[in-house]
Amino acid sequence: MKKLDELKAMNPADRKRAIGDLLMNNAMFIIIAITILYIWIRVPSFLSVTSIINIMNLTAAKLPIALGVGGCIILAGTDISAGRQVGLAACIAAGLQLTVNKLFPGLAVQPIPLALLAVIVVGAVIGLVNGFCMAQFKVHPFIVTLSTQLIVYGFILMFLQFGTNGGQTLSGMSEGYRDFISGTLFKVGTAKVPMYVLYSIIITAVVWVIWNKTAFGKNMFAVGSNEDAANVSGVNVKKTIILVFMMAGILYAITGFIDAARIASVNATTGLNYEADAIAACVIGGISFVGGIGKVSGAIIGVLLLQVIFVGLNFLSVDANLLYIVKGLIILVACCIDMRKYLVRK
Amino acid sequence: MANNESVLLRMEDITKVFPGVKALDGVTVEVRAGTVHALMGENGAGKSTLMKCLFGVYHKDGGHIYLEGKEVDFKNSKDALENGVAMVHQELNQALTRNVMDNMWLGRFPKNGPFTSEKKMYDATMKLFDDLGITVNPKAIMSTMPVSQRQMVEIAKAVSYDSKVIVFDEPTSSLTEVEVEHLFRIINMLRDRGCAIIYISHKMAEIKRISDDITIMRDGKWIATHPAADLEMADIIRLMVGRELTNQFPPKTNKPGETYLKVENLSGMYNKLDNVCFEARRGEVLGLAGLDASGRTEVLESIFGIRTRKSGTITLAGKPCKNRNSGESIKNGFAMLTEERRATGIFGVRSILENTVISSLSRHKKFGPLLGMKTQVEDTQKYIDAMHTKTPSQHTQIRSLSGGNQQKVIIGRWLLTEPEVLLLDEPTRGIDVGAKYEIYQLILDLANQGKTVLMVSSEMPELLGVCDRILVMSGGKLAGEVDARTTTQEEIMTLAAKYA
Repeated sequence: MKKLDELKAMNPADRKRAIGDLLMNNAMFIIIAITILYIWIRVPSFLSVTSIINIMNLTAAKLPIALGVGGCIILAGTDISAGRQVGLAACIAAGLQLTVNKLFPGLAVQPIPLALLAVIVVGAVIGLVNGFCMAQFKVHPFIVTLSTQLIVYGFILMFLQFGTNGGQTLSGMSEGYRDFISGTLFKVGTAKVPMYVLYSIIITAVVWVIWNKTAFGKNMFAVGSNEDAANVSGVNVKKTIILVFMMAGILYAITGFIDAARIASVNATTGLNYEADAIAACVIGGISFVGGIGKVSGAIIGVLLLQVIFVGLNFLSVDANLLYIVKGLIILVACCIDMRKYLVRK
Repeated sequence: MANNESVLLRMEDITKVFPGVKALDGVTVEVRAGTVHALMGENGAGKSTLMKCLFGVYHKDGGHIYLEGKEVDFKNSKDALENGVAMVHQELNQALTRNVMDNMWLGRFPKNGPFTSEKKMYDATMKLFDDLGITVNPKAIMSTMPVSQRQMVEIAKAVSYDSKVIVFDEPTSSLTEVEVEHLFRIINMLRDRGCAIIYISHKMAEIKRISDDITIMRDGKWIATHPAADLEMADIIRLMVGRELTNQFPPKTNKPGETYLKVENLSGMYNKLDNVCFEARRGEVLGLAGLDASGRTEVLESIFGIRTRKSGTITLAGKPCKNRNSGESIKNGFAMLTEERRATGIFGVRSILENTVISSLSRHKKFGPLLGMKTQVEDTQKYIDAMHTKTPSQHTQIRSLSGGNQQKVIIGRWLLTEPEVLLLDEPTRGIDVGAKYEIYQLILDLANQGKTVLMVSSEMPELLGVCDRILVMSGGKLAGEVDARTTTQEEIMTLAAKYA
């Protein structure tokens, strides 16, 4: 209401500009709203209960990786190794949960906590390497994660060659693991809400607390906003950068751990291009490449809207190849709109 | 001296409205050819907004601008430059990884056919520098040069456009006394050539020296224009603040006690700081004077541990302090206000609250590592009130505040760490008179509470007015120590030149 009064008080030229700014700053949401409306009119079942629950489930599955990437973007960095890290975690989790294990012949199904711990440790170590190179040698995050992305992919390919597997897709994971992840949490009509939605909610809550209620979280925003000032203000900048990337690595690992059971089949392409979706989601949700800006709620909204679009385009039977073009355009347009917000107006 | 007394630039009845604020309210200023016209006012008085309207950075809502009698309406600063109106900005915007001449001729490189000509560029730069008496290598990379030299390049660039009107926005804020003299020679030369100069500054003494006319603004309004000769410093201050401010400095009431901080053999690993030793007492304000790049800043930053030391011991109340990084120094009771607020002080996109509490987060730990919000809000409010910071709310982005208010937030940040020793590097840079007085008062209050304050400043009167003793740095060495009550500016300048 206060905004409205301000608008009324302005002279016509300023009002026109203010309204224009308002539209531009929210352009992404407006475009998405129009898209949803259009798809809904074309295919009404798009907004049926089953479809909505499906979108929610997909959102829950993609949220941890988006939160991980979000932290890196808040540091004014990025992480393009995210997708491959998800893939490696999925391979390891699957490898420890196969009923007939060709990777490690004779290895029985391992306890679920052990598998989870294993992927978390691997994720944390990769995050440590990423963070260390950035903090210690000041290498640009793009270069660091470009390199680790290749290295991790190499590990995935080698891992899949273990034993007598010969690079084949891993499937046939233990009942217990699949139930733990994809078992029914509750049902809405005939639509199932799986267990991993609960885990995703817990993880999101934990990340929210870390970002907003701990010194580490405050330091992360400070380093992203002005690294030099943070250094003067008593923030341990190196430690902060390393911890952010380690946290990201752990979140990717959890995403992979969920995905292996959710999709129930893992191969070398698992996790491919996940980082693109995650980065797009963050940018749509207002986690800015300017650094120091972003909220957990933004990441949630970003992932949700992106999934709505993807599911919607499926409903329209859009060519899968076209989907890539749409994704690319979304990232590009979202970034353009976002940068416009933080431009110093001259 | 002035060869043409006619009005060169006339800004008439300029009005600019931002949502909720009238930033300029019918301001009229006339600048005559061959004169220096000073524009004065507190931060937020509308000086910068007026200049931005002149250069078309802002679109003015009302009024007219006449250049040599013809109405003009510049669309952007390039348009203004091409019509002979140039500006030397307070905050330098330069391509730091490129060399001097690339910066000078950016956007208008001299060419040989389709190719840029290094030689023409070099010759033109040298000619200009010779003309202005600037001794800067045109091929030096910007980032390797001290701020003051970069400032000179910026001035040369403005001159190179054959400008008729040149605006200087706080040109001396990063210059030393010697360089200020040089700048004044350049300005006088431009004046003799018949240029109209608009000079924006907070420094009274130099305004009195350099300007012919003074216009004073307050709260977006024109207050007065007088010949500089008719105005006393007290008049200017009174007109600027709209209230009596009889003294520039608060009375000194602090009483230095026993020796508290000892610094011995302080030498820098990657700078020329050489074997600096001194002591400071409890409740003492110790000044650090010297030319630019004399090592003043390095002394503070080395003590605070954000510059690598080659040697040096720091002892506080008999207890050795390692101060290997800022975190450790804060724990040991040190606080450091850095020189470049925008580069190393503020977290621009974050809120006042976050900017305030960032160095004292451990105070707010409630459950294990979890921080409580209530105490953060209380602390922030306490220092907004104590420092009289003008801000719409605690959640405002700090970058939207004026320089003086940003400085107050950062001082609040440091006071929250409950420091025993405050290292203040140019604490009043780019801040208006009223806010300066408040900061002086605060420094003296802190000393009265028994804290030790080390303060670097390029403004000699400030050091003389606030400090008890002054250390003079020269060429990375400690050149001498003087008593602030009995010394003179001449004595300090002599010491400052000792190893320079």
